[in-house]
Amino acid sequence: MSDNQLLEVIEKYLNGEMTIEERAKFEVLRNESVDINDKITEHRNFTFLVKQYGERLELEKRLNAIHNEIDVHALEDELKIHPSWIIQLWRNHHSKISVAASIAIFAVLCTLFFTGYLSSREYNYLQLGDKINKISKKTDQLSNKINNLNPHPKVDNPGNFKGTGFAISSNGYIVTGYHVIKDNDSVHVQSFDGKSYKAKVVYTEPLADVAVLQITDPSFVNLSAIPYSFKKAESDIGENVFTIGYPSNAMVLGPGYLTASTGFKGDSLQYQVSIPVNPGNSGGPLLDSKGNLIGIITAKETNVEGAHFAIKSNYLLNAIQNIPADSLNKALNLNTKNTLAGLSLKQQYKKLQSFIFMVKVYNQ
Amino acid sequence: MSKDLNNGIPTDSEVILGILNNSESVLKRLYLAYFPMVLQLIINNNGDGDDAKDVYQEAIIILYNKVKTGDFELSSKLKTYIYSVCRRLWLKRLSQMNRYGGDIKDFEEYLSVDDETEKNNERDIQFNKMGNALDLLGEPCKTIIEDFYINNRSMQEICESFGYTNADNAKTQKYKCLQRLKKLFFQQK
Repeated sequence: MSDNQLLEVIEKYLNGEMTIEERAKFEVLRNESVDINDKITEHRNFTFLVKQYGERLELEKRLNAIHNEIDVHALEDELKIHPSWIIQLWRNHHSKISVAASIAIFAVLCTLFFTGYLSSREYNYLQLGDKINKISKKTDQLSNKINNLNPHPKVDNPGNFKGTGFAISSNGYIVTGYHVIKDNDSVHVQSFDGKSYKAKVVYTEPLADVAVLQITDPSFVNLSAIPYSFKKAESDIGENVFTIGYPSNAMVLGPGYLTASTGFKGDSLQYQVSIPVNPGNSGGPLLDSKGNLIGIITAKETNVEGAHFAIKSNYLLNAIQNIPADSLNKALNLNTKNTLAGLSLKQQYKKLQSFIFMVKVYNQ
Repeated sequence: MSKDLNNGIPTDSEVILGILNNSESVLKRLYLAYFPMVLQLIINNNGDGDDAKDVYQEAIIILYNKVKTGDFELSSKLKTYIYSVCRRLWLKRLSQMNRYGGDIKDFEEYLSVDDETEKNNERDIQFNKMGNALDLLGEPCKTIIEDFYINNRSMQEICESFGYTNADNAKTQKYKCLQRLKKLFFQQK
C-alpha cells in the first residue's frame, strides 16, 4: 500500500465514509500497527490545523473589513491625551526657542557691557545711597519744623459749627449760646492766640439759650482775673454797647447801641441791639461802655435789617445759679470787680481778647 | 442588519451567543464597541493606530476562540476582559520593542490574564508556520489544499475547476500536495 493510498483510506476512515465491514477491518489494522495509528492521529491533527488556519484567515478578513469602516484618525485625535499647549510649543520649537533665548541673553550682555552699565553700577549705588541720605535728612528737618510750628499736638480744626464764648471765671468756665452747642459730639474752644482746648458742656438752659462749658484740656492754664463784672439791672435804651466775637476766623469787634428792652416779638428775656452781627457772633458777650457784661448775643432776626438780640445778663446769672453743685468740679466764682471802667474801647478790647473764645462744635 | 448596528454596545451574553451562532452583526457591534477604548490605551502608551488594530484583533480572536471551544467563563465584564487582554498584549509588545518605559497609563480597571495570551501565542506560531508552508507550496497545490481542507469543497468540484479529466488524477495530486505541505510545515523551526 503506497502512502497516497494509505492517506486515502485514513481520510475515508476519519470522515466516516467507510462501510461497516471496511471500518471493522481497518480498526483491526489500526490496533495491530502502531505506525498506522500514529499516522491516523498525525493526519487528523494536521488537517485540523489546516482547517483552523483557514478559519483564522477568514476571521481576520472579517475583522479587517469591520476595521476599515472605522475612522481611526478621527478617533485618535479625539482620544489622544494632548499635553498642554506650552509643552507642545516647547516640543515643536524648542531648538528655535533655545537659539532665540541665547541670542537675546548675548545681546543684553553686550549692550550692558558696551554702555558701561556693568562697570558703573557700583558708583550708581553710591549715588543713590547719598541721595537717600539727603532725602531722609530733609525729611527730618521738615518734621522738626512742623513740630516747632505747632508745639501743641491739637491743630486747629475748623469744626462743623462755630460760635463765640466768653470766660466767666479764670479757672475755665465759659458761657456760650445753647443753640451753638446743641446736638454736639464734642466741643473745643480756641483762644485768640490760636490754642485749642477740649471742653465739656456743664449746664444748659435751652429756654434762655444759655450754655456753660468747662475747659477740661490738661494743657489749659488758668486765665488771669476776669476784667468785667456782671450787671444785674437792666440797661437803658440808647446805651453804647459792643460785642467781640468770631464771625470769621478772626476776632471782630462789633460796636452799636441798645435799641429796645424787649427782644424778638416782645420777648422780655432779650434786648434788641443794633450791632453788625453774623452767625459766628452767637454766644458772644454784650458789654456796655463801662465794661459791664449786660448780655449774650443770641440770634439775628432774618427779615429785619440791623435787628439783633441778646439775652439779658440777669438770666445768665439765674442760669449760673441753677447749675447743680455736683456738676461743678471746680469752684465757679463770678467776678464782681470791673477793671475795664474808664478805659477807652481800644484798651478794653486789648484786655478782653484773651477771655473771648471761638467755640467749635463737632457733630456728625 | 443596519438596525442591529444602531443598537450600539451589545450585552455580554449577546456577544457570547452571537459568536457561537457566527453572527456577523454581533461581531461587528462588538468590534466597534470596544475599539475606541483599546485605541485610547495604545496611542497614549507609545503606540499608533496600527498597533491598536493588531492588538485589538488579537484580543478579539482570543475571545472568539475561547467562546468557540466552550471554555470561556464570563467572570468579569466583557469590557474589562478585553481591556485586560489588550493591556497584557501591548505590554508584551512594548517590552519586545524595548519601548516599555516602566509605567503604563491606564484608562480602565483590569485583571491579570497571563496564561490566555501564552496559549494564543503558541497557536500563532503554528499558524505562522502553516502560512509560510502554504506560500512555499505554490500553485495549484495551495488552492487545492485550501479548497479541500478549508473550504470543504468536494473532489468532484475541484476536479472540474482545475480541468482534471480524471478524479483519480486530482486525488493523487491532492495527496502529493498534502505530503509536501507536511514536509514544509515540519521542516520549519
